[in-house]
Amino acid sequence: MKYASEFRDPKAARALLAEIAATCDRIGATRDKPVHIMEICGGHTHAIFRYGLDRLTHPGIEFIHGPGCPVCVLPMARVDECVELAERPEVIFCTFGDAMRVPGHRKSLLQAKAAGADIRMVYSPLDALEIARRNPAREVVFFGLGFETTTPSTALSIQAAAREGLGNFSVFCNHITVPEPIKALLDDPDMVLDGFVGPGHVSMVIGTHPYDFIARDYGKPIVVAGFEPTDLLQSVLMVLRQIEAGRAEVENQYARVVPEHGNPVSLAAIADVYERRPSFEWRGLGEIDASGLRIRDAYRAFDAEAKFGIGYGAAQGRTVVPEAEGCACGAVMTGRMKPTACPQFGKGCTPDMPLGALMVSSEGACAAYWQYGGARGVAAR
Amino acid sequence: MCLGIPGQIVEITDAARLMAMADVSGVRREVNVACVLTGAPEALIGQWALIHVGFAMALIDADEAARTLEALRDLGEAQETLEQMREGERALAS
Ligand code: SF4
Repeated sequence: MKYASEFRDPKAARALLAEIAATCDRIGATRDKPVHIMEICGGHTHAIFRYGLDRLTHPGIEFIHGPGCPVCVLPMARVDECVELAERPEVIFCTFGDAMRVPGHRKSLLQAKAAGADIRMVYSPLDALEIARRNPAREVVFFGLGFETTTPSTALSIQAAAREGLGNFSVFCNHITVPEPIKALLDDPDMVLDGFVGPGHVSMVIGTHPYDFIARDYGKPIVVAGFEPTDLLQSVLMVLRQIEAGRAEVENQYARVVPEHGNPVSLAAIADVYERRPSFEWRGLGEIDASGLRIRDAYRAFDAEAKFGIGYGAAQGRTVVPEAEGCACGAVMTGRMKPTACPQFGKGCTPDMPLGALMVSSEGACAAYWQYGGARGVAAR
Repeated sequence: MCLGIPGQIVEITDAARLMAMADVSGVRREVNVACVLTGAPEALIGQWALIHVGFAMALIDADEAARTLEALRDLGEAQETLEQMREGERALAS
């Protein structure tokens, strides 16, 4: 147990691993007949690899990596639109750094910046608001990206811009939601999923009830989990215990941060500023009903889609563009294929020369395999 | 972007806009505290919060803050977030 010595609490980790193994044995989970547990959040994927949890847990557990990396699920068409916006001379395009290296058709935002577009990496939409205040003659567009953890921040920023009458600020909204793609995966007859480890920080905003359908309608356990290794092990054990007892419930392992009903101020801001799109395109998953948000008409003045006639709903937004040749991003994204099984992994696609976003984002499954098991993975093939 | 980082609220900088100064691993960063407000903004001084892209999203105790920070450092996420904060400063200056 080499890795366990790195745990802050190795004793607790060992006890949990032993409990997991015993439960696996009791329910008859083996390497050939494993329990498939999907961790939805890219942060969890990263932690599982960092601590080697996939190797430390009983072989009867198979971790399936979910679509919980917002940069990875961004279709190329969205990146192209970002580049198009950023190349407008009047625009200062503000984005989280995570999105800079995602390949577009023509170029990434990083390449557009190198070619002279005014693109600024910001930590927060608050930085973009401040840039708008300081540059009244320019149009400041913030790339609104992410799941429910970042959605409140852009909603509150749009409300602030409206209060201040900051007419040169807008958001290119590509916010997406967690529960809908899970539903899409559960509806896919090819997917074998026995239980879920739910995202902690997303749930801090939305609470645990949005996952009720997973237990109620699909009969699968889900446990909302924290990010420490012992949190993850504890959550895996809680999923197994539900399976053993024949239960399917939403449980909250991370109650010290996640309130059952979420964060009321965040939820109110999201409801005020955003409404659901009928559907939204995900890389690797295609169109998913009601999985994306757009800015309500009341805040149209701050909607970059309306202001610049670009984005989802514009003619171009509907074209589904093919992925790079030979890449398996879609299959990896949905947990159908392990990153190392992609023919491009470590060959045509590395962190320095990425073909897909999964290799670029620190939360992408391919990047995690590369960082913590890349050599092992390539050697095994 | 998806994982928050713990910071301690040290000062209210703009009560009207609900802005406060947070100390995040020694880096000072102005954050919005609308989501964690329960009474007067001043009551937040000294408290720990999980901060997501410049917004305090949940109040946590000091022990939880220390453990979360340690986990984030292990993952390299803490360093990345602090670098993004510095990047944000540069974006404002340019
Ligand atoms: S290795 Fe590269 S091309 Fe293959 S799935 Fe991962 S990101 Fe996509």
